[in-house]
Parts: sequence; C-alpha cells; structure tokens
Amino acid sequence: MKRCPLSRLEDLFAALAESYKLYIPTDGEKGSSFTLWSEGAEISRRLNTARPPKDFFFPQSEDLMGFKTHGQTVELVDLRTEKEDFALFGVRACDAESLNILDRVFLSEPGDSYYASRREKGVIFTLACNKPAETCFCTAFGIDPSRPGGDVSCIECGEYLYLEPLTQKGEAALERLSAVTEDCDSAEAEPQREKIAKTVSRLPLADLSTEGFGEGKTDELFSDERWAELSRCCIGCGSCTFVCPTCQCYDIKDFKNGSGVVRYRCWDSCMYSDFTKMSAGQPRTDQTSRFRQRFMHKLVYFPENNDGVFGCVGCGRCVAKCPVSMNIVKVMRTLGGKKDE
Amino acid sequence: MNERNEPLIPKIGVITDVRIDTPDVKTFRVVTPDGKKAFEHKPGQCAMLSVPGVGEAMFSITSSPTNTEYMEFSIKKCGCVTDWLHRAEVGQQITIRGPYGRPFPVDSEFVGKDLLFIAGGIGLAPLRSVINYCRAYRDRYGRIDIVYGARSADDLVDYREIIEQWCEDEGVSVHLTIDREQEGWDGHVGFVPSYVKELGFTPDRTAILCGPPVMIKFTLQGLGEMGFEKSDVYTTMELRMKCGIGKCGRCNIGAKYVCKDGPVFRCDELDELPDEY
Amino acid sequence: MQKITEDLARRRAAELMRAGEISCLLGWKKGEFDYDVEPTVFYTPEEVERELVCNVFSAANLSKYLISLTRKAEGRVGILLKPCDSFSFNQLLTEHRFDRERVYALGLPCEGTVDTFLLKERVGEGIYSIKIKDGALEVETLSGEVKEIPLSEVYAERCLVCKSRRPVAYDEMLGEVTPDADEDRFAQVEKLESMTAEERYAFWQGELSRCIRCNACRNVCPACSCERCVFDNPTSGVETKAPSEDSFEEKMFHIIRAFHVAGRCTDCGECSRVCPERIPLHLLNRKFIKDINSFYGDYTAGAEVGSRAPLVSYTKDDPEPGQGGQK
Repeated sequence: MKRCPLSRLEDLFAALAESYKLYIPTDGEKGSSFTLWSEGAEISRRLNTARPPKDFFFPQSEDLMGFKTHGQTVELVDLRTEKEDFALFGVRACDAESLNILDRVFLSEPGDSYYASRREKGVIFTLACNKPAETCFCTAFGIDPSRPGGDVSCIECGEYLYLEPLTQKGEAALERLSAVTEDCDSAEAEPQREKIAKTVSRLPLADLSTEGFGEGKTDELFSDERWAELSRCCIGCGSCTFVCPTCQCYDIKDFKNGSGVVRYRCWDSCMYSDFTKMSAGQPRTDQTSRFRQRFMHKLVYFPENNDGVFGCVGCGRCVAKCPVSMNIVKVMRTLGGKKDE
Repeated sequence: MNERNEPLIPKIGVITDVRIDTPDVKTFRVVTPDGKKAFEHKPGQCAMLSVPGVGEAMFSITSSPTNTEYMEFSIKKCGCVTDWLHRAEVGQQITIRGPYGRPFPVDSEFVGKDLLFIAGGIGLAPLRSVINYCRAYRDRYGRIDIVYGARSADDLVDYREIIEQWCEDEGVSVHLTIDREQEGWDGHVGFVPSYVKELGFTPDRTAILCGPPVMIKFTLQGLGEMGFEKSDVYTTMELRMKCGIGKCGRCNIGAKYVCKDGPVFRCDELDELPDEY
Repeated sequence: MQKITEDLARRRAAELMRAGEISCLLGWKKGEFDYDVEPTVFYTPEEVERELVCNVFSAANLSKYLISLTRKAEGRVGILLKPCDSFSFNQLLTEHRFDRERVYALGLPCEGTVDTFLLKERVGEGIYSIKIKDGALEVETLSGEVKEIPLSEVYAERCLVCKSRRPVAYDEMLGEVTPDADEDRFAQVEKLESMTAEERYAFWQGELSRCIRCNACRNVCPACSCERCVFDNPTSGVETKAPSEDSFEEKMFHIIRAFHVAGRCTDCGECSRVCPERIPLHLLNRKFIKDINSFYGDYTAGAEVGSRAPLVSYTKDDPEPGQGGQK
C-alpha cells in the first residue's frame, strides 16, 4: 500500500496527467461530473457525480460505422479509432462495481469491441465514501464502500490518501506516481474504514435486502399484482435508466449526414413504449409491464444469467432523480423481504 | 479495416435475384460481392439485413444450409426496411451480418423422428430452411408431413417449390389449405388448426410450427388435445431486435434473449418464460 | 399552517370517498425519506387518512394524470390542486383532455414547494429526517447534526416567481388562499434577452449539452398530451434518441417542444423540476409567454377554461412578431 499526503493531491493529479488523460469529479452549479483535469481543478466535495462514469465506456451516443452509397453499391467505412489511455480518479465503490456488471454484458462472447477498447485503455482509481448519503444502499448488493474496487482502491484517512493497487493495470499506474507516494502499512487506513462501516450501518436504507429476489424467482414475482400499484404514477420517462450505472440497453440508428450514412448507437430504455414495438405488434402494452421489465431484469433475470449477481449497485441515483419518486428501493421493499426476517 | 472483430459491423451483400411470391412477400437471393455465400448457418437461424440510411432488421434465413451458393430470405412487406427492400432491384447492395440464434435441433432431437411441420402464411419462411435440410438428409428422419395454410391460394409462399419438389418427394406429404373458397382451388379449405385436427396425426411425432399468434395458439391447443407433449413441439419467435447478440436488451423475455437463446424454442421452454411475447 | 391543510385534506377527501362522491383520489404520499413525496392514487379512505401528504414537498403536478385516470376509474376522480396545478387543470379542460364532470377538485393553498436539490446542496450531507416548521425546515443530518434551513432559501425558483397563488379551478377550497409572490417572473428571461446572440447561444449550448434525452420533461408536461409524440414516430424524421455526430439534435428536441407548447404552457415549471440534469427548460417556455404577452396583451394559459389563446385566434390588429411586433 502507498500513501500520498492530501496536501499533495494536486501533485498526484499532475503526475497522473503526464501518463493519462485524467478525469476527476468536479463541482458545477448543477451537480458534479467527471471533467478533464487541469491545473488547479478541485475534486468535488459532493458524494457522487450526477451521471455515472458509464459514459466513458458506453457513451450516450457513439458512431459505430459509416456507409457511402453510390447507385446500387454500398461501401462500408470503419469509424473506429485508436483510443487514448485515460484515468478516472474518484470513482465510488458502487460505480466501480457497475463496470463489472457492464463487463458481463459487453465483454461476454461475442464481445463488443467499442466497449472493450475503452475498458482496456481506462484505469480506474476508486475512492472510499467517507460521507455516504441517505440514498445509498450499495451494501444490499454486497459492496463495501470503504473498500472500493477498480484498478487502484483509494481512501482518505487523516492527512493522507491511501492507495492500494488491485490489478496489474493499477500497479503500473501506481509506479508512475512514485515521486508523490511512499510505502506505508495497510493498517493505517483501518480507522477510517471502521468509521465508514459505522456510518453505513446507520443509513436509512441499511436494512434493504435482496431477500426474495434472484435466480428462480421469475414466476412468483412476475405475476405479483403489486406491480400495478408500484408503477401507477410512473410517467414512462427514461431518467432512471439513463442515470443508472448498470443499464445498458441500446438502440442502433442510421443518420444521413449529407455525405453518407452514419450508423450510431445510443442509450435506450425499456421504460419507453417504442422499445419493443414492432410492425407485428407490441408485447408490452402498458407502463406496468415496462416498469416490471426494468426491475425484473435487474433483480431476477440478470442474476439468473450471471451467477446470482444482481444488476444494481445501490448508487441511489434513480432514488434521487425519478420525477415521481418511483425506484428500485420501493420495489425491493414492497416485493421483497427485509434483513433478519 | 480494424483488426478487432466487431459483431455489429456487417458484410456487404448483393441481391442477385428477386422472386415475387405473393402480393406482399418477395424472396431475395443474397451473396457477397465476390459471389459467395456470406456465411454458413443452421436451419432456423437468422441474419440482420440492412439498408444503410433506412435501418437494420432481423430476418430468418429461408434457404437451407445445404445450399452452398447463396442465401435466401422471404420477406413480407411490413415496415421501413421491408418496404425499401421490396422496391430494390437485382444488383442492389445491402448489408448482412449473422448467423444469429439457436437453430432447430436437426442433428440431435429431430434425428430418427417423424416430423410434422405446421405453418401459416409467411410462417413458412423460417420452416423452409428446415424442411429443405431434412429433405436433403432424407434418411435421417422418418415420415415428413407438412401442413401449410394461407389466407388465399395467392398468399401461399414458395408455391411452385412446394408443388414441383416437396410434393414429389417420397415419404413427404404436403397438406395445403386456404382460409376461404376460391375459384380454381380444389384443395382443402379451412383454418390450419382445424385442418391439423382433421388430419389426425399421432402424437409420436415431433411438431414444428410457425405462423401468426392466433394460429400458434389454437394449433398448440389442438396438438395438446391430440396427445402431443409440449416437449415434442417446437416453434420460432419474433420480437424486435437491434443487436442480434443478446446485448441491446430489446428481445429480453425473462432470463432469455430471443436473438441468442431463441428464436427456436421448445414449447415446454416457452411455458417457463413470463407471458409477454 | 401546512399541517392544518394536510389534516383538512385527509379528512375531507376521506369523507368524500366514504360518501361515494369520489372513487379515488389523486394525491401525494410519503416515500422513503421525508423529502421524498410521490404522486399516488388512493382508493380507500383509510389510506387517505393514514398516508396523504400535503406539504412543501408535494411538488408534483397531478393534473396530467387525470387524462388516463378518468378513462379507467369508475365514478368521479378526486384531485388535490395546488394553485399552479389548477392552471394546468384548466388548460387540459380547454383542450378537452378529460371530462370535467368526472372530476372533483379540492383546491389547496400553497406558499411554495421545496427544490430538493437545493435543499441537499444547502444541507451539504446526507439527510436523516426533516421536520417542517413555520418558515423553516429542521433537518437532522446523517452525522447527527441538526440544521435549521429557512424555507425561503430552498423554495423552487418556480415558486419564488409564482404567477398566482389564487387557484383558478376547484370544486371546494381547503383553507385560505395565500398571498401572491412578489418577485418578477420574467427577470431571468430579461437577463437572457440582454445577452448578445453569441452569449445566449453559449448559455443554451452549455445547458442543453447535458441533456440525456430521458424525455422526463416531455412526459411530465401537462401540455405534452399528444397520444403519439412526433419524437416517437419513426416516420416523422425526427425520431432520434440522441445526437449522432451533430449535437444539434438535442437542441432541436427542446426547441420543437417549446414551439409545440407555446401559448398552452401554463409555466407550471414541471419540466425543470424533473430534469435530472437541472437544465432550466422552463426559461424557453417563459420566453414564449413573455413574447405573447408583449405582442398580444397579457394572457395566461389555463386562467380560464375555453379561452381563445392568442396563437390560435386571429384579429386584424395582430402584430407581426417577425417584423419586431409591428402591426
């Protein structure tokens, strides 16, 4: 384990920026976001960014390929470019875990080369959550906010930032920071970890549990009548989907730009009525069935296909952002069980 | 081109033949620009065809894998991409990627069985590939019965192939029907589900059905009454798809993705899926 | 004051339900946290008495739900209307989106609703509980600290410049009408107008570049009640869900939407309230309102039912907006 005095954080960023395009969460008037680091940039004092770091790997919209057409012929243009090495600093435990979930989708055969190339080039410095929010419930999914994952796991304790490499990529990144870091005993950060554990145990959503969800629950949960009540006021927008670090549904569309055609993909949402609409019909005709699909996917279908891993990391963004306060917490409370019950 | 293989990037295909099947169905023959088959497939699998600038859509491959020269797609006019294709002429280039999905178990469960194919309308398209495959390897399978119905005689897809080839094969019985009486038609008249019951097949066969939802529903009911086990009945599903590789989320039903876990399902497998297809 | 209204609303709505006057009630109930108040439909008087919440966090405008609810509910639908929501209510009636006879409206007094983003920013850490007091919120934080936050500091912008606190539609009023806000509703629009074209472009570019096209603004908007939106129609040519290489797509979505609701927008501010990226979308609509007022005389959409809006009526005296408003 290494440590760097918090007073030298700027130097650490500068050292990182020499090898990587470095992004850190910074504060704006409307929330915080990962922005390209420049000298003097201050790291956000908010718990988390408004949008998850998903954009860096699976952007809202990206060009897949181009076509040029002349008469009857079609020419394919590969628009893929070599990606630069980049580093994200300050990714929270939940968001770091969300990338493992996205990996299960995009890196499983046949792998998605657009996502894969960004994952290869990106190195993730996570940061433990010293001040979790009331909307946090990562622990329900077995995530420890005091020991975030990623390539290098960081925690602020006392006057220092402690950095622990978790992957080879992380070790390589840390080697480049030797001028600003020094070796230390891994026990030094323990007091802060204990403090976080204590805070987390008192969070209002600490009792949330995945009891009642997971593999083999399709029949029982799908036919539950309470979906209608849960989704009654859902306005069918995609805010929950688009602020979600694990939602990965997409649409593929063609755009004619005057000189040819660009085929791009963009985020899509199972909450939208046109998501499953075909000329032959519409299998999900009402908002209740679309609402149910989103949560069944995260809490039952995804674990069924992924060794019991849930498709939610408890970041709480949907809890904070839903225009009408519908969210996965309410679904879990209503249809599932509580801890120790 | 980038060295990394990307499943979403298609190949260029050329339409080398367009056959008018019915007033709203045309069959397109597709090869690569150098005249080869775009890729190998198994009966029941699908391919993504696209018209750049218009869109991409999933179609079942209607030609048999035993055809080494080209692929065929029987396509009903019913949306942006299909409208455009119906206006396309021979020589038109499109894009093609695939094959996608789980095929019919022609080399495992079907082997040694008497096969009963039941199709309605454009539903024959995905079955044509299997039927021709089974005809090509005739000795691997028992008796083959094909029950095929459409609204009218004009709506029967692949009519010439059925009459000139399938009907001539030994051990293959073709039973055609149309919904309503029509001048010049001396064959059976009536809906597919009731015709199947009339023909009275024994439940030791493996049934393979494809057609409009109503036909599927009542045929399944009828087969059940005739003593067929759901595990001996196969069907193929259609849902909206975009990626074809189980990632875009559109065709997700329960823990399955129709594009990769289907489109072929055994009916007892379907029973385990939530009812939203 | 708020407590009194809530008690009254609970009692009165439950009474109406027991008497069979209404079959259900569109209202709000508490969610996971004290500030997390969600719109809901109550079907039993017991639920109403136990769960109905009418306070500074009852921010969601319920009027639009009447379109679907009056179609499927039996009998009359009860609804709680804040003054600003009553304008949407009238506008929907003007557009024949629901049958007035099928609705029983309970008017609520309102002094403003809290912008929970501002509240969280002001508190600066996790919120454990909130007590609503006169003019202030007593917030207990996750670290155990108790902070008193004046309501005036966390009221939503739309409430600080509220066009009117006199409800324009109700069958009965619960409590007393509260005095109007005195801040100028168009001050922010004027600020934008005073910018140079380049500055204004940069402002909107900055704001709209954060749009994630979640459609929350459209789906929540009472003026956006088309059965099928042009942006959901694959043959419209504008059915893009995100920008391709040209980020103009996003701006087009918002500009087209602003044009579609021009003259019908009541300035309820829901679009900005629900935006997960906090884009001040209501300023686009408010600019239209200001222009309509200056070109055709003061007009407030939803102030009356059935009024002929300036943009759908023609008189020989109408000015030409394209020529600087000259007649």
